[in-house]
Amino acid sequence: MIAHAIFFYVFSVIAVVSAIMVTVSKNTVHSVFFLILDFISISCLFIMIGAEFLGMIMLIVYVGAVAVLFLFVVMMLNVAQQKNQWFVSKDSSRHIPIGLLISVIIFFELIIVIGGWKYKPDLFNSAKSSLENGVSNTHSLGQVLYTDYIHVFQISGMILLIAMIGAIVLTFRQREGVKKQSYLKQISRERTEGVEVLEVASNKGVKIDD
Amino acid sequence: MEYLNIIFQESYKVLFLLVPVLVSVAMIVWLDRRVWAFVQKRQGPNVVGPFGLLQSIADALKYIFKEIIIPASSNKVIFILAPIITMTLALIAWAVIPFGVEQVLADINVGILYIFAVSSLGVYGIIMGGWASNSKYPFLGAIRSAAQMVSYEVSIGIIIINVLLCVGSLNLNDIVVAQKEMWFVIPLFPMFVIFFISALAETNRPPFDLPEAEAELVAGYQTEYSGMMYAMFWLGEYANILLMCALGSILFLGGWLSPIDLYPFNLIPGALWLIFKILFLFILFALVKAIVPRYRYDQLMRLGWKIFLPLSLTYVVLTASYLFYFNLLPTI
Repeated sequence: MIAHAIFFYVFSVIAVVSAIMVTVSKNTVHSVFFLILDFISISCLFIMIGAEFLGMIMLIVYVGAVAVLFLFVVMMLNVAQQKNQWFVSKDSSRHIPIGLLISVIIFFELIIVIGGWKYKPDLFNSAKSSLENGVSNTHSLGQVLYTDYIHVFQISGMILLIAMIGAIVLTFRQREGVKKQSYLKQISRERTEGVEVLEVASNKGVKIDD
Repeated sequence: MEYLNIIFQESYKVLFLLVPVLVSVAMIVWLDRRVWAFVQKRQGPNVVGPFGLLQSIADALKYIFKEIIIPASSNKVIFILAPIITMTLALIAWAVIPFGVEQVLADINVGILYIFAVSSLGVYGIIMGGWASNSKYPFLGAIRSAAQMVSYEVSIGIIIINVLLCVGSLNLNDIVVAQKEMWFVIPLFPMFVIFFISALAETNRPPFDLPEAEAELVAGYQTEYSGMMYAMFWLGEYANILLMCALGSILFLGGWLSPIDLYPFNLIPGALWLIFKILFLFILFALVKAIVPRYRYDQLMRLGWKIFLPLSLTYVVLTASYLFYFNLLPTI
């Protein structure tokens, strides 16, 4: 188990250090890269506790898609030029109490979540039991997700769908004067419409009407 | 001591996998150029070694001895990291590819998800290279590739779901064994076609090589790279292409299974069958490069989101209802 412990400490140290670096680093693009490193090391931790499906999904969804979009936005906005403006300005100090309040709330929420295990010990056992039966993590997850928790699953899917439609509606706008290329029109063009053979008289030329 | 022994054993295994992969990447570059040349009635590289087989080695030597130029205004750490990440990600995915019943480096439960995750990370090498170069063309190429690879991953993921519905396991060896009766290319043929096209887009191959469209972006994200760093991008790209071919042959063409389970075919080891299938798919890749012109960017996006995504989703519904109606759903 020594190797297991070594890997655990390596990944958790990387996770904590990169999480700190996300907030500390001055360049925004760098902090997104640290965020990605954080995601990767946390998914490694998930895999180490036997939740390989969760770890892989974390890699695919967060690192493969969400963080790419983060990076996209941060690179396009070029926020790096405005670095440290926020801390330097005087009126920013009034944000600090609100930030502290939020962090205290999150801290207590975490304590409640972790402390919950102490008052409901069978929850921890039920999670463990499926592993011992020789059923893989993915199979047991699928068996629970589509039977006992089907309504929660469907509702979360609906919420995601609504969020997607909302994002599309918010950003969708009809702009005037934008030239669009119609795909069907382009491929259904015939030779007869595009080319015309003319008899050109010498020294007269041809009148082309646009 | 025992740990050290395990580490040595595993490192030998890794070496025996990685060295052939790297050598075959070099050979496959030669094959790609050869096929491309033959389609255009040229000879292609045919001078160095027999049939020009050693051309890639000569190219590699040239790259090694060239100077590495790092632009003064670039972000140096990320600039150097980008090709390393591309190459590493292209190589680590090979750990779960099965070459036979027992011939796999890491026989993990979620093999297909692992490959999918690693190939979705591949976009970072390109974005990092493009951004760190601090220059217009690489940046445009990086932005294009980010959008392109994220879009086509969606359709590849849904195609994989189609296959998984028929298998009932995420393990790559199980996927191969499930095709003993019939390769999935027969019932899921439309998905195979869409997978092939999405794989072209995912690996930035022509006709979807918009990130490095030389007519518009010089060489896209590779513009500022030189010497060995350029070669690493290049190796990573071809290792990725080989990986996609391997994934295609495992998902649809029965992996290491022989086409007919009869006497003379049984003797050929499974690894060779897998290599034949990978080569077959790769020659298709090379032919597509030679005969199809480059897509326009909006058409590429339209193809991914408006055609492939709905088609593959519909096919998921069809496959699931077919399996459910005829009671063919796999049991655990």
